[in-house]
Amino acid sequence: MFLVPDAVVRFFHRMASPPHFYAFTEKLMPWLVVVFVLLVSSGLYGGLYLAPTDYQQGDSYRIIYIHVPAAWMSLFIYVVMAIAGAIGLIWRIKLAEVVLISSASVGASFTFIALVTGSLWGKPMWGTWWVWDARLTSELILLFLYLGVIGLYGAIDDKRVASKAVAILALVGVVNIPIIHYSVEWWNTLHQGPTVTKMDKPSIHVTMLVPLLLMALAFKAYYLIAMIQRARVELLQRERNSQWVKNKAVEVDGL
Amino acid sequence: MSIQEFLYMGGYGFYVWTSYGLTLIVLIANIVVPVIQRKQFLRQQVRKQKRQA
Repeated sequence: MFLVPDAVVRFFHRMASPPHFYAFTEKLMPWLVVVFVLLVSSGLYGGLYLAPTDYQQGDSYRIIYIHVPAAWMSLFIYVVMAIAGAIGLIWRIKLAEVVLISSASVGASFTFIALVTGSLWGKPMWGTWWVWDARLTSELILLFLYLGVIGLYGAIDDKRVASKAVAILALVGVVNIPIIHYSVEWWNTLHQGPTVTKMDKPSIHVTMLVPLLLMALAFKAYYLIAMIQRARVELLQRERNSQWVKNKAVEVDGL
Repeated sequence: MSIQEFLYMGGYGFYVWTSYGLTLIVLIANIVVPVIQRKQFLRQQVRKQKRQA
């Protein structure tokens, strides 16, 4: 049925164990940072310097290089969160619970960035910071969903119980994701329609598109870095009474 | 293109650079905060172990 190599299965089994995850991510981190720096520097160079000025929007359009990737990440991370929630609910895998809650703060940050940069782009182009149209409103609801997950998790002391509660909230909130995505097609909005995902005929020139895709990849790498950093704290706190955490403390003391 | 021209962004400098600056601050905070929390937690555990020893 599924032909998954044995080594891959073993890798995931090991990764689900907190001390292995902790040790592996420590080794992985420098590589992730290198990948991120390469992507973000080439993306910014291409977007802010090489790409030509837009003939309609002037240089204000350069906000696109953070606004659109941030908005994509706000949806992407939410889906990751919901999947992690489902895995946590079904198989009771602790690491999935940790990935869920560690993603929430990064997702909320990207949603915030998408909203604020959209506002800063909207002001000079539309003449207003904010309108209650479908795209903007559904994205704002996404921010509240993220904040709801963070707040609910913080309010319940037993973190296994808290994880179950936020997993359910994350799963219910998934209905908002297609609403955000299709909002510009379903409703008449001030927000412009999709420029990039019209795969047959993208209405964006390649010199503008390449830096945009580089920034999108850079933000993916960033998400991994930030989520892992948060997950490492979360694991230590949750497993404070286990031997591997005690050993880590001894290691730190020895330095 | 001169530096002034680059920063001016065809008159949209305020909107463009505020966007990039704010993003930078939020992204840095998301890394720095957990790193500090982890170090604090481990130091706390060391103190706890020493009290119990």
